[in-house]
Amino acid sequence: MASRDDILGAVRRAQPPAAAHPGVAGLGTRFPDLAAKFAEMVAVVGGTCLRVPDLAAADRALRELPVHREAKRIASLVPGVGGATFDPAAVGDPHELAGMDLCVLAAELGVAENGAVWLDVRKLPHQALFVIPEHVAVVVQASTLVHDMHQAYAAISHGPGFALFLSGPSKTADIEQALVIGAHGARSCTVLLVGA
Amino acid sequence: MGHAESAALFVRDDERTHWHDQALWFVRQKRDAGARSVPDWEALRERAEAIKAHTQSRMAEYLEEFERNATRLGATVHWARDGEEHNRIVHGLLQARGAKLLVKSKSMLTEECHLNPYLEARGIEVVDTDLGERIVQLNHQPPSHIVMPAIHMKREEIGVLFHDTIGTQAGLTDPKALTEAARQHLRQKFLGATAGMTGVNFAIAETGGIVVVTNEGNADMGTSLPPIHIASMGIEKVIPRAEDLGVFLRLLARSATGQPVSSYTSHFHGPRRGSELHVVVVDNGRSALLREAGFRRALACIRCGACLNTCPVYRRSGGYSYTWLIPGPIGSTLAPGRDPAAHASLPFASSLCGSCTDVCPVRIDLHHQLLAWRREIVARGLLPAGKRWGMRLASWLLRFTWLYALAGRAARFFLRVLPPAWTRGLSGAWGRQRELPVAPPESFRELYRRTRGQP
Repeated sequence: MASRDDILGAVRRAQPPAAAHPGVAGLGTRFPDLAAKFAEMVAVVGGTCLRVPDLAAADRALRELPVHREAKRIASLVPGVGGATFDPAAVGDPHELAGMDLCVLAAELGVAENGAVWLDVRKLPHQALFVIPEHVAVVVQASTLVHDMHQAYAAISHGPGFALFLSGPSKTADIEQALVIGAHGARSCTVLLVGA
Repeated sequence: MGHAESAALFVRDDERTHWHDQALWFVRQKRDAGARSVPDWEALRERAEAIKAHTQSRMAEYLEEFERNATRLGATVHWARDGEEHNRIVHGLLQARGAKLLVKSKSMLTEECHLNPYLEARGIEVVDTDLGERIVQLNHQPPSHIVMPAIHMKREEIGVLFHDTIGTQAGLTDPKALTEAARQHLRQKFLGATAGMTGVNFAIAETGGIVVVTNEGNADMGTSLPPIHIASMGIEKVIPRAEDLGVFLRLLARSATGQPVSSYTSHFHGPRRGSELHVVVVDNGRSALLREAGFRRALACIRCGACLNTCPVYRRSGGYSYTWLIPGPIGSTLAPGRDPAAHASLPFASSLCGSCTDVCPVRIDLHHQLLAWRREIVARGLLPAGKRWGMRLASWLLRFTWLYALAGRAARFFLRVLPPAWTRGLSGAWGRQRELPVAPPESFRELYRRTRGQP
C-alpha cells in the first residue's frame, strides 16, 4: 500500500487548480435517415448490412450467404436465426470454440455515425463468441438505432461484465498501410438490420 | 547520438525517406477526411481538452474512485511507482499462477517499462499479438510508431522476416498472405496462452471499468481465453464518467487512421466468469510531469499518433531517429520531462510549424511545448557546445549595429572571392544541401541610404 499512498500523494500535490467538467451536452450529429446512414457506415467499416423486415427474413437472408452456406459449425444466440449446429453453452472450455465457422449474435443497439453495434457479452455463455469464430452475424433491431456515440452512451448501462462496440470485421493495415480484413477476429461481419 | 545525427542516417536512403513520408502522409489525409465528416469536430476537441483538464485537477480523487469501483466489480488494482515495480508486480502474478506464455496486446506503457526482457529473463515467453508489434518483436526492434509499429518496414522485408521466423514460404510479399500467416501463427499462441495482457485506453472512475481499443481483435482474443487478464495503465488514463467516452471515441480512431471508430472497443467491468482481472496503475514520472504547469497538458494525450503522421520531421526521419520510444511531437514533449539531458535534442527535432497542435484531438499545444522545452534545455546548459556558441555569437552580432554591418561586408567579400565549395563548408549545416546566394554589391542598408537618404 506504500506505493499507492505515495502515488496518490504525489498526484494530489501536483494537481492543477480546479477546472470544471464541461459535460457532454450539446454535442453530436443527426442524420435524416438513421437506418440508411447505419447501413452505409457498416459498409464503410468493412461489414455487410442487410435490411430485413423481420427475424424470419433475417434467417432467410443469412442462409443465402456464403459465410452460412459454407459454415459447418454454427452457433446462434438469436432464436430462429442462423440454424445453429451446436449449443455453445454445452461447451465447457472456450478453447474448443476455435475453428467454429459462424456465430449469430444479438446487438443491444446500433450507432449510425460509425456502424458499430453494442454487444452485451454478459448474456453469452463464452466471452470469446464474438471474436473467435471465422465469421460473425449480428442482428440489430432498427428501433434501437441511435445517431452517435453520445446517444449510445446515454442508452447503455455498465457492468459488471464485458461488453463492446463492434464495428465491422477484424482488420489491420500494419503491413505498408494495406488494409487486410481478418486479422485475429472474425473475417467478416454481417449485420442484419431488422424492421427497417 | 541526437536526433539530427540519427536522422542523417535515415535520410541517406533517399527513396525510402520519400516512401516513409508518403506512407505517413496518406494516413494524415485519411485523418483529415475522418475529421471533416464530423460537423462538430472542433467542439469535440475543445470538450476533450476541457474534460482532460478537469480530470487532471482531480486526478487523485478519480483514481481512488476507479480503484473503489473496479475492486467492487472483482478486479484487483495494483500500484507501481516505476517501471521496475510494475514489472515485479506482473511477474509476481504470472509466477504465482505458473503462467509460461503471455499474449500481450498493444501497450506503449509495457514498452516504457521494458516488461518483455524482464519477463523473458525469468523464463516467460511474451508474444506481442498486434500484427505490427509482432513484426517488430520478431525483428528485435521497438515500435517505430505508436499506432503502426512496423510502418518503417517494407512488405519484402516482412516477407523475409516471416520466412526466417515463422516459416512462411520464401518470397511472400502480399500483405493479405502475410497477415493470414500471422493469423495462423498467433492463433496457436492465443490458444496456448496461460495469461493475457493489455494496455488501457481509458479507465472509467464512475464505473470501475477499463476500455481497450483495437482493430485486429487481439486484445479480445488475448483476454477471452486465458484464466488471467493483466491490464497496465498510466495514471493519466483515468476519465471521470462513461459518457466522456462518447467524446474521446469520436475523436480517437478518426485522428489515428480516419476510421469512424475502431473495430473493437472493449469495455471490461470486472473479470470474466472464472478468471481474474488485475489492473496495474503506473506513475513512472507522470505525477512529476503533472506538477509542471507549463508541460502537464502533454499528459492529456490519448495516443492517436496524429501528430506523428502530420509532422514533417517525423515523416522524413522515422521513429528510430528519436531518443525516446514515443517518437514525433508528443514524444519530444514527454521525453525531456523524464530526462532532459538524455533527450536534449528532441525539442529541436521540429520546424515549429504547428501542424501537430492543429491535428491533436485533445488540443495539446505541442509546438508551444517544444519551444518551451528549448528554453529549458538552454537554461539548463544542455545545448551542444557548437549550438551554444553559435547562438551566443548570433546574439552579439545582432546586438551591435557596427558588428552586424562588418560581418555583412565580410560575408559579401568572401562569397565573392572564395570558391563555392569553401563557402558552403564554412556555412555549416545550412550549406550542406544548398547553394549559397550570389553576393550582392551592397547591403540593404547601403541600398536604402543611397536611394532614400538616411535610414
